[in-house]
Amino acid sequence: MTRVGRWIGRHLILFAGLLVLLYLFAPIFVVMLMSFNEPKSKLSYTFDGFTWENWQHPCRPSGLCEAVSVSLRIGLVATVIATALGTLMAFAMVRRRFRGRSATNLFIFLPMASPEIVLGSSLLALFVSSGFGGRLGFWTILIAHVMFCLSFVVVTVKARLTGMDSRLEQAAMDLYANEWQTFWRITFPLVFPGILAAALLSFSLSFDDFIITNLNAGTTVTFPMFVWGSAQRDIPPQINVIGTAMFLLALVLVLGGELARRRRNARVR
Amino acid sequence: MNLTGSSDLVLSGISKQFAGHRAVHQLDLTVPQGEFFALLGPSGCGKTTTLRMVAGLEEPTAGTISLGDQDITGLRPYKRPVNTVFQNYALFPHLDIFENVAFGLRRRGIKEVRQKVGEMLDLVELGAYGKRKPTQLSGGQQQRVALARALINRPQVLLLDEPLGALDLKLRRQMQIELKRIQTEVGITFVHVTHDQEEAMTMADTIAVMNAGVIEQLGSPAELYDLPATTFVANFLGQSNLVRATILGQADGSVVVDVHGGKITVPVPRCRVTEGDVWMGIRPEKVFLAPAGSEEEAGSNVLRSAVVTDVSYIGVSTQYLAKLPWGQELTVFEQNTGARAALKVGDSVDLHWQPSHTFVLDAAQDALAGVEDIADDAG
Repeated sequence: MTRVGRWIGRHLILFAGLLVLLYLFAPIFVVMLMSFNEPKSKLSYTFDGFTWENWQHPCRPSGLCEAVSVSLRIGLVATVIATALGTLMAFAMVRRRFRGRSATNLFIFLPMASPEIVLGSSLLALFVSSGFGGRLGFWTILIAHVMFCLSFVVVTVKARLTGMDSRLEQAAMDLYANEWQTFWRITFPLVFPGILAAALLSFSLSFDDFIITNLNAGTTVTFPMFVWGSAQRDIPPQINVIGTAMFLLALVLVLGGELARRRRNARVR
Repeated sequence: MNLTGSSDLVLSGISKQFAGHRAVHQLDLTVPQGEFFALLGPSGCGKTTTLRMVAGLEEPTAGTISLGDQDITGLRPYKRPVNTVFQNYALFPHLDIFENVAFGLRRRGIKEVRQKVGEMLDLVELGAYGKRKPTQLSGGQQQRVALARALINRPQVLLLDEPLGALDLKLRRQMQIELKRIQTEVGITFVHVTHDQEEAMTMADTIAVMNAGVIEQLGSPAELYDLPATTFVANFLGQSNLVRATILGQADGSVVVDVHGGKITVPVPRCRVTEGDVWMGIRPEKVFLAPAGSEEEAGSNVLRSAVVTDVSYIGVSTQYLAKLPWGQELTVFEQNTGARAALKVGDSVDLHWQPSHTFVLDAAQDALAGVEDIADDAG
């Protein structure tokens, strides 16, 4: 009895950890499971039977794949623009002394701190009052997404850049590298992990966003809006297919990155 | 490499002003080609700023820097035939050792990179480490990579910014000898910035002692130690006993000085001032302690009626504190040759030394200048 007690005592943290993981992953597991569901009625939330049908025909519900495509396109373009702009801003704010630098530092946090519903509705007011009222859609969503991704990019890249020793760049200049070579050979490779993290964050924020998008979308439908819309009427199991696929994609990216890192480290040992 | 002997590094009238703070003031300096030159001073004295101006990483507020016939004052760092070994090395963490060392060659489009880097890594005894990353090396190894990375470019001047500061004492000694050997071997001008006087004395041909943005004194280690020009140099380079005194007059090429009633003589060339109030200086190891009243060598300087107040046995030597009648304690080092029994606390003693070891400094200077600085930097 005492032996069992001690064994439990020693593994208590493990149990707690497993419970937390279970708590975190249970919803994802449900999504995966439901992607193989064969619902008996349109509004079924129970697992009625197994089928490959949903995975074979993910585009069957009308509008689903169009919505996913819109979200992907907006996500990619917004990521590229926000990452490029935000990286430049971060460089300016870390490397340059200019008037209003500390004010900019403060303002950059505002979009992150403001409630989305406020940002969304004020953006809508802005768009409508500047004459975009009838033309809400891809471009207004894109502008909105770049706006809220920008802060996250600036903050992420800035953190990386601040942690970088500026003597490395001086050493490169001392070793005959001009400004251009110094940037591409030293600065960029060292800041790149920060830029990549910022880009991934931007994409997931953009792909995921509902509130701001919904207010500024006009008749355009993104994936989160499609899910919301169909939740009112019926839940096509294909939504779970898309969700599972996105999750697996993220998982592959993370695992792949980790494996590549380990292989690199193993090689130099 | 330039063999004409005309590539001396010349700084003239160099000043550097930072916001509200004068780092370097009106500095004139000539470093002859091929010399091992040390800029020695406490932290904040402007020595690193001076080095960075030579490297092109800092722009002088006034003055010019030239290398041989070429004015390099306005040149970008990558246009100067000068390389730097940075404090804490600044190795590129994302490149392996080979690529770190090859960096300068590749930027200048030089061929045979593989062979040259191999040779250079062998020179610093890191031939087998080319594939490692900087973080996988010890401090001493990183230091040698930083040296190799700069030396491989065969610069006309190599700048070293406290290159041994991060190493432990034993390794530092080893690297001092190594650096000196490499400098002699490659014949490149080395400008070495340090706050460690022992390091500067061990390696440098010439030392410039800097304090508060100006050069206090310039000369060979022996010259500086033997005849310091200011109280700062007297205290920063080794230790000195400085005693308040008044000059009485001159006789036979010597200055006669009154030290609290005792008369001592100092050769005229060893006096910075020859009248009025002065500091009389003597190095602790130049003083002999003798039992009170014993006969001194003819012509010696003597201060009588001192009492031993402290005895510290250091092994190779013994360090005494001797209190003089006016209350000041002087430091005396004596080699433990075993020629006589050690003195004890409370013994009455006389202090003797050669007039030619005495020096006289301006009394307007602070007798403690340069003293605390050593203690501050020692950590």
